[in-house]
Amino acid sequence: MSILDIDVRNKSFGDITVLHDVHLALHDGEAAVLLGPSGCGKSTLLRIAAGLDKRFTGNVLVNVNEPGRRSASPAIAFVFQEPRLMPWLTVAQNIGYADGPRFNAARVERLIADVGLNGHARTLPKALSGGMAQRVAIARALYTEPRILLLDEPFSAVDAFTRMKLQDLVLQLIERRGISFLLVTHDIDEALYLGDRIYMMGARDGGIQHDLMVDVPRPRDRRAPRLAELKNEVLTALQAAHVI
Amino acid sequence: MSLSSREIDTEPHVTGRETRSPGLLSKLRSRLLRIDLRGAIVPVGALVLLELFVRMGWISPYVIPAPSELYQTFLRLAEGTLWTNIAASSLRVLAGFVIGSLLAVVVGSIVGMWFTAERYLEPTFQALRAVPSLAWVPLLMIWFGIGETSKIVLIAKSAFFPVYLNLFSGIRNVDRKLVEVGEMYQQSLPVLVWRIFIPASLPHLFTGLRYGLSLAWLSVVAAELLAASEGIGYMLSDGRELSRPDLVLIAIFCLAVLGKISDSIFKIVEDRCLKWRDTYSVSFTGRTS
Repeated sequence: MSILDIDVRNKSFGDITVLHDVHLALHDGEAAVLLGPSGCGKSTLLRIAAGLDKRFTGNVLVNVNEPGRRSASPAIAFVFQEPRLMPWLTVAQNIGYADGPRFNAARVERLIADVGLNGHARTLPKALSGGMAQRVAIARALYTEPRILLLDEPFSAVDAFTRMKLQDLVLQLIERRGISFLLVTHDIDEALYLGDRIYMMGARDGGIQHDLMVDVPRPRDRRAPRLAELKNEVLTALQAAHVI
Repeated sequence: MSLSSREIDTEPHVTGRETRSPGLLSKLRSRLLRIDLRGAIVPVGALVLLELFVRMGWISPYVIPAPSELYQTFLRLAEGTLWTNIAASSLRVLAGFVIGSLLAVVVGSIVGMWFTAERYLEPTFQALRAVPSLAWVPLLMIWFGIGETSKIVLIAKSAFFPVYLNLFSGIRNVDRKLVEVGEMYQQSLPVLVWRIFIPASLPHLFTGLRYGLSLAWLSVVAAELLAASEGIGYMLSDGRELSRPDLVLIAIFCLAVLGKISDSIFKIVEDRCLKWRDTYSVSFTGRTS
């Protein structure tokens, strides 16, 4: 059963159609990746799924039914490309942002430990490095205990080493909590390392051209030969879609 | 490399200040030692030269009295009306500034958040802003007489526009990306205003408040010069009528000191509230040089 069902009939910016008849379903516990060149509408699709963009025709369905769920917190959380921390709040206050000044201190403390920022609870964002700030952003997204995590190229602004560390961190945190996620990226290696299923999008309003299951068991080894084979498949598919 | 520089960067700012708590006396001493005396060279030098020139007869004491004479006048005034004059002006500034800036915060928030209101109100405000404050004085006197009300209304009007304009542009310049974070948590407009728009536009608001305060001082002098029985502006017009440059100079000196004190108080509050700003002057040396 899908817990997130996105059906976009049409989305355009002015005269330019970005998405046309795009359908995507995220199943419970699934790790899905949207892969495509810049300008293909993958970020727009994600923003529509998050409810941040409401000017489109079509509909988005979220099927998350949990009896113990706090009604105030949404089932979907979003990690943006940039950390987007409130510069006037400390790390702890940023993580507990959803609940305002009376956030759950114990939960925030656990999250700070989970993302490896012990001792930085009272640091202001201006003193954080890019990777640390993105860790705070990830912790903030997990604070509301979402069932679905949407990530918009969350590792594109950090260096290659930090990126690998953050990828492992996100995988570990998500697996432990049983969260399903939909990640947008233009990095083929990242898509193969993180995703169970990869949706490839064509240039401009090409929509979803191809989808691929990543049949590599976790935890994955970045050097696994099967990943290299799949990378060839992805490249072939992208070439066929005239993306590269 | 990056790890070590990061530690150097964060440690002194965050934990250093909290763990060490020096005694009050040594804190005061370090504060006193940190006062930059270079700023005193120009005024002190000018006073010494002036004293010299007047004593040597190069400048007539009727044009500019010697600083020692001024000091005598100051002492005499301090026993009499000086403090009531200062208090009268300060109270007017305080009342006018508080009323004007509070109104500006309310109106600025509404017009900033509500695009339709901008369409209706902005052209009028822009036109009104172009009218010099003093042009309103005759009208205010017709409406409110020459008592306190007209003065306070004039000061409030002067303080209103800089606060309003800066808050308005501050709200309009709030980063859409931060607002989206709030929207992601399905926060309502009042919550968004309180938790994102207001903190994010605080730097602009403080700029407006400080400028508004300086305009409030300007207006109080103008209002008191025209019609008042007490206040620093009254001292000025009194000095002119009696041909007493010493009275005028002392009034000017009081204005300089009061303006500086009130602005410094604001600066301290501003630095407290905006510690989070990542600006060049703050991150480089810890204070503006």
